[in-house]
Amino acid sequence: MREELLVTLRHNPHVDPVLSIWGWEISIYLFLGGLTAGLMFFAGLLTLLRKDRTAPFATTRLALIAPLVLSVGMTTLFLDLEYKLHVFRFYLTLRPSSPMSWGSWILILVYPVIIVQALSTLRRGWPRLAAWLERLPLGRWLLDLCERLRRPAAAAALPVGVALAIYTGILLSAFAARPFWNTGLLGVLFLVSGLSTGAALAALLAREPAERRWFVRTDLGLILVEMLIVGLLVINLATGARPQLEAARHILGGDYTLAFWILFFTVGLAVPVLIEAFEPLGLGRVAMLAPVLVLVGGYVLRDVTVRLGQETTWIDYTSEYDAALLQRVETRSAGP
Amino acid sequence: MDARKAMTVRYAMVIDTRTCIGCGDCVVACKTENKVPAGLNRDWVVELTEGTYPNLRTEFRSERCNHCSHATCVYMCPTGASHHWRDTNIVLVDPAKCTGCKACIAACPYDARLIMHPQGYIDKCTFCHHRVAKGLDPACVATCPTRCMHFGVLDDPDSRVSRLLRTRKWKTLQPETGNEPNVYYLL
Repeated sequence: MREELLVTLRHNPHVDPVLSIWGWEISIYLFLGGLTAGLMFFAGLLTLLRKDRTAPFATTRLALIAPLVLSVGMTTLFLDLEYKLHVFRFYLTLRPSSPMSWGSWILILVYPVIIVQALSTLRRGWPRLAAWLERLPLGRWLLDLCERLRRPAAAAALPVGVALAIYTGILLSAFAARPFWNTGLLGVLFLVSGLSTGAALAALLAREPAERRWFVRTDLGLILVEMLIVGLLVINLATGARPQLEAARHILGGDYTLAFWILFFTVGLAVPVLIEAFEPLGLGRVAMLAPVLVLVGGYVLRDVTVRLGQETTWIDYTSEYDAALLQRVETRSAGP
Repeated sequence: MDARKAMTVRYAMVIDTRTCIGCGDCVVACKTENKVPAGLNRDWVVELTEGTYPNLRTEFRSERCNHCSHATCVYMCPTGASHHWRDTNIVLVDPAKCTGCKACIAACPYDARLIMHPQGYIDKCTFCHHRVAKGLDPACVATCPTRCMHFGVLDDPDSRVSRLLRTRKWKTLQPETGNEPNVYYLL
């Protein structure tokens, strides 16, 4: 027998009994960061390939969604900060050893690229918005400038988008203290998932059948690659050292098994693959379900990774102290 | 990026598990000295029991931040708020630079960090650096009624901690993390 118990009171909020410092705010941010990366990547790629006729949605309207989506993500990221007034501190330094520091500077690179991408397509994609903007001082000049920068911005969107998506994975994988996260595969997984959710949203919104089909086929390929990476990730965990084996147990029969294999892998990856593969046979409106499920799966992946990763650890003592129990005793003794 | 090269003094805490009785005075001393708010803890005591009845062995360990030489919390901090104090291994958080992003909490394999309420910056054991600067022991060490805790300079071969580590069997917690912890437990 080996039993390690915490004997003095320790119930530091969000640290005990298991680490839970990051919740939905971070999951939403990682999901929307990946989605933004996918949107800017495909808008940029199809613009560079001069697919204006065959992909009218991706080359004119898609770009505007990226800054909106990223801003929602940045808002939830800000909500997570415990000391919000000090948010400017991220931008007074660059810490080479901290992925979070790299990430905050990558975001500074991402914004100008996606804003130029969006403004360069505004006149053709969102004429009413463009007309409103032109009435503002410098509006016309700004739109002209961005249109001239359309191809350079599209070219920049590819590496910057890839950096954004990979960083959301490396952010977590760099924590050696959390065995579930501590694999470089997480960077690749979040990159492919980000591109896949971007393609899924484009497939959902595009009207031209040919353009929709292009995004569905691209997404199908990306999902298959993602399934392969998930397989490698599980093998990596299940053949690791003691901390990795304990982390693997959470998804191999443990408390995250259902969320990981049913919600993420089956609903978010396998079912969309089947729907997208059999779409040419004529599935009607059911086909629209696939991209929706891919988006749901993308969020579930981030949420499971964020929550489960925090619970995995190197230490193995259990805390006997339960603050909730103490409160119940206090309220009972305070009663009549 | 090797912080250890710049490290001039390494402080260590040496705790004798054979004389520790798990009374928790170190925890109380810390809370009093550092005015740690109710419900938060910078140190704590762990009881380890091994064996099969009736052949049991119990070990008490007073635990806190290990002030690692290879401190992953310092490396992961995006703003430089987590830092090594005056080229020593003592890890501190500068509340003026801390955004409360909690990366350091995730980075600590010992779960030794906490969120300071109500302000929201991240807090932890400081090895009582305000006392160390005056040549005093940390409050927990000074208070210990069984004198099982020792504090000193690891690089000085004549310090009490160095002599204890030369003459007794010892362990550190989870050295396999690579963090190079500086709290030692005598066995």
